[in-house]
Amino acid sequence: MPAVSKGDGMRGLAVFISDIRNCKSKEAEIKRINKELANIRSKFKGDKALDGYSKKKYVCKLLFIFLLGHDIDFGHMEAVNLLSSNKYTEKQIGYLFISVLVNSNSELIRLINNAIKNDLASRNPTFMCLALHCIANVGSREMGEAFAADIPRILVAGDSMDSVKQSAALCLLRLYKASPDLVPMGEWTARVVHLLNDQHMGVVTAAVSLITCLCKKNPDDFKTCVSLAVSRLSRIVSSASTDLQDYTYYFVPAPWLSVKLLRLLQCYPPPEDAAVKGRLVECLETVLNKAQEPPKSKKVQHSNAKNAILFETISLIIHYDSEPNLLVRACNQLGQFLQHRETNLRYLALESMCTLASSEFSHEAVKTHIDTVINALKTERDVSVRQRAADLLYAMCDRSNAKQIVSEMLRYLETADYAIREEIVLKVAILAEKYAVDYSWYVDTILNLIRIAGDYVSEEVWYRVLQIVTNRDDVQGYAAKTVFEALQAPACHENMVKVGGYILGEFGNLIAGDPRSSPPVQFSLLHSKFHLCSVATRALLLSTYIKFINLFPETKATIQGVLRAGSQLRNADVELQQRAVEYLTLSSVASTDVLATVLEEMPPFPERESSILAKLKRKKGPGAGSALDDSRRDPSSHDINGGVEPTPSTVSTPSPSADLLGLRAAPPPAAPPAPSGAGNLLVDVFSDSPAAQPGLGPSPEEAFLSPGPEDIGPPIPEADELLNKFVCRNNGVLFENQLLQIGVKSEFRQNLGRMYLFYGNKTSVQFQNFSPTVVHPGDLQTQLAVQTKRVASQVDGGAQVQQVLNIECLRDFLTPPLLSVRFRYGGAPQSLTLKLPVTINKFFQPTEMAAQDFFQRWKQLSLPQQEAQKIFKANHPMDAEVTKAKLLGFGSALLDNVDPNPENFVGAGIIQTKALQVGCLLRLEPNAQAQVQWSEERGEGMQSVGGQAPQPVCGTLSRQQQQQPPWPQLQRHQPPSCAWLLSPQHQVAGSGYLGPVDGLFCFLLWLPWL
Amino acid sequence: MFRNFKIIYRRYAGLYFCICVDVNDNNLAYLEAIHNFVEVLNEYFHNVCELDLVFNFYKVTVVDEMFLAGEIRETSQTKVLKQLLMLQSLE
Repeated sequence: MPAVSKGDGMRGLAVFISDIRNCKSKEAEIKRINKELANIRSKFKGDKALDGYSKKKYVCKLLFIFLLGHDIDFGHMEAVNLLSSNKYTEKQIGYLFISVLVNSNSELIRLINNAIKNDLASRNPTFMCLALHCIANVGSREMGEAFAADIPRILVAGDSMDSVKQSAALCLLRLYKASPDLVPMGEWTARVVHLLNDQHMGVVTAAVSLITCLCKKNPDDFKTCVSLAVSRLSRIVSSASTDLQDYTYYFVPAPWLSVKLLRLLQCYPPPEDAAVKGRLVECLETVLNKAQEPPKSKKVQHSNAKNAILFETISLIIHYDSEPNLLVRACNQLGQFLQHRETNLRYLALESMCTLASSEFSHEAVKTHIDTVINALKTERDVSVRQRAADLLYAMCDRSNAKQIVSEMLRYLETADYAIREEIVLKVAILAEKYAVDYSWYVDTILNLIRIAGDYVSEEVWYRVLQIVTNRDDVQGYAAKTVFEALQAPACHENMVKVGGYILGEFGNLIAGDPRSSPPVQFSLLHSKFHLCSVATRALLLSTYIKFINLFPETKATIQGVLRAGSQLRNADVELQQRAVEYLTLSSVASTDVLATVLEEMPPFPERESSILAKLKRKKGPGAGSALDDSRRDPSSHDINGGVEPTPSTVSTPSPSADLLGLRAAPPPAAPPAPSGAGNLLVDVFSDSPAAQPGLGPSPEEAFLSPGPEDIGPPIPEADELLNKFVCRNNGVLFENQLLQIGVKSEFRQNLGRMYLFYGNKTSVQFQNFSPTVVHPGDLQTQLAVQTKRVASQVDGGAQVQQVLNIECLRDFLTPPLLSVRFRYGGAPQSLTLKLPVTINKFFQPTEMAAQDFFQRWKQLSLPQQEAQKIFKANHPMDAEVTKAKLLGFGSALLDNVDPNPENFVGAGIIQTKALQVGCLLRLEPNAQAQVQWSEERGEGMQSVGGQAPQPVCGTLSRQQQQQPPWPQLQRHQPPSCAWLLSPQHQVAGSGYLGPVDGLFCFLLWLPWL
Repeated sequence: MFRNFKIIYRRYAGLYFCICVDVNDNNLAYLEAIHNFVEVLNEYFHNVCELDLVFNFYKVTVVDEMFLAGEIRETSQTKVLKQLLMLQSLE
């Protein structure tokens, strides 16, 4: 085998790399690189034509410099020249360079594509491969347009070499993934399928990858691949470990190809042809059998390769979900791995078993491993493995083992990692509810949850227990007794107080007979917690108290005393104060009958999808559906407890407060219907109950279905910062997160603008119900007109849609419009509100002006509301060029030779709106010593239209300048104390100011030059 | 786990070899693909070390021989080495 000498053939390059590696400091490295760049530049520019070798060497050096992280802005042409060399080494470097440093320069692209075209036609397999690899690595749309039609031809041509076929298949795959529309299906597809029969295993490997990708969108075109894949797989699986020679890896025949074939088969349902199916089942059995054989090697490579095939086989078995025998065998195999000493295997086994648990055939088999899994939950060292164990317990839970699993999970919760506690809490809450046979167990479980992990019990969980207790009268007495006992603990979690307060307020009468829990005892127990609780809990307790007055008239005097106390009636919190006042009045004014009606027991809650389940799904994110989706499993046990039937005895007048605990899945009671009966005035009191407030906001789903301006959420916290980026720029990326990228391109002329918004889906999953809308808060409607075009409601994974906005500035405005984007990603609603980068200065037209005119106008603008001034500390070094660029980007003209001090900047422009035009002059005075800049603006109604007085406009404009700093990066961290040190109220001309700036004292002298 | 992908890595002395694949891809298969690749490098450079990779960075085409367009292209070490030897002999 060849031993490659260091930098063989290119001594200069090896020397250069050594030099760089020997550099002691970053500075030395940069120095060395700059020297080299100068050298290369002079060589490339020199008169003497370089030979191929030198060109190759220098291009290679440039590439190395680029890989070190430096920008390379020349040498592209030389690299392109190398492409047409006849020598492999030169061509290879050329291709490498352009693959890494693709330049969208259209002239070069044409030359590059030309060179590729020549190589593809060259019939030299080495050159053809180089060209194909380059296309596959770059994968740009331009290349797709140029070559998508040629590559299928090369792929299926009879005379193509094997290595070329391999490269062509994967090259086509890349182009298809990048731009599927450019790769038309055709008669070549049938011939691609037959590549599965190819002699050369490498060609088969590449072809399987291509087919697996193509068949997902065009399953019918590739249907025939199933039988071919089965026979190929069968041949590999049944071969002896030495039959395949080159393709045997640590005694395992063609592991990667086997895995790929098994994955391809997972794109289709089980084969219909009995013979094919029989053969496939035989293969799958063989793999399972082999897992039981003693290993042929002790090397980890051997077992990894073997198990890679095994896990993929199990995935296929689970995918088919039709062979009970195989499913059970798979489960047993995984069971063995659960106790394997390799952590990786234990992890993978737990993960695969999760999917097995959801099959009705293997659910029972999975359950037999419960003890091992519980043990894993207790003893695994790696948190990710414990997490899988918890997932699996959740998946294997049914009525028979729910009590055991729930109690184990509760025990685990005490020591669980903080990161997964909330998820475990949700899972326990769901399982407890779903599989509860007697509800006292359910109540105990949830109260235990609150006791053990109160901080991680979300609202959904404790709302839910209240719903269930309210809806089932057989458990109410038990619940009251249990919470009463739980509250006796010296320290109990606030969530426990909430649940306790609510339940005793509703059902405290059921335990009042016992002298140990008589009404006064219940009250004093609750009230002993009152002072330690948050406002929301105290508000809830006040509601409990008023309910007590109704339930237990004997407590009335005590409770009225509490309500009357100054700490309640004059509470600083308006909610508490209002409740105390209203409840006190209610209890003194209303007759017993009215009280009884108003404070009647809560009606049963309408049954809806469990909000906890919805929360767990949200937490897991899209794609986690399989483990949670239990629709496939055991349909009989499915909804045994899901539907908690409302008990007819407790039905009472429907009132809006029935939605008090309306969980997120329910629409908010937007406008309470006019209630009937005596409760008229008081209904509102209850519908304001803070217990309900968290759940009352428009649910994401509901709001999503009917977007209206009132439903728009507040802009995201970064909205202002994102907006600031666009004050001096018109194009760029407005927003980006893991799912979505929003790009902006805009142009403005006079008072009109057009903006293109590009929404890019960064995931591989389609966005649904995609709807971006523009909203004008406040007065903006009359100030700015924005016309939007609708966009398609679906955005495919990796795709981008464009939206055009036509903007007209009607008059001056302060706040930018809001852009609200809503869509569904994997079933979960997403919404996002941003500030649209339209600020008043976009309609600023530069105006040239002579020095004399400038001064004259400046002097005219002397009214206080006609000027705004600001000093601010520069956050960056003050570079004249950068500042200039920013001022131009801001929209004004820069006037040279106006200010006597050449350091200062002077600008002028006109703000164009439909109603009027406003002239605006500005001046920026940098003070390099103090790193402080000073800016002053004066505005004027140059041409008043429609009788609009100019002054208010200028005032607005000045305010605009305060709110929208034109130089965001200079002013951002300006301390408020000096923000308006030199405000218009101060007489500025001719005096000096001393003020603190960022803790330093600096002296600013205003030299009158007017 | 990395965004919507997962990263499979293996460490050889001071060097980490990482592959970023889809979440539902076969972990073990890619773990061994890394090892297969490293064995090829080792043969090709005769006891490969980090310096070999730095000084011969422009020979990354070795990667193209085994992985292309995000997929496994060739898994036979013999075939890959034969091809590399052939390319080596070209001027």
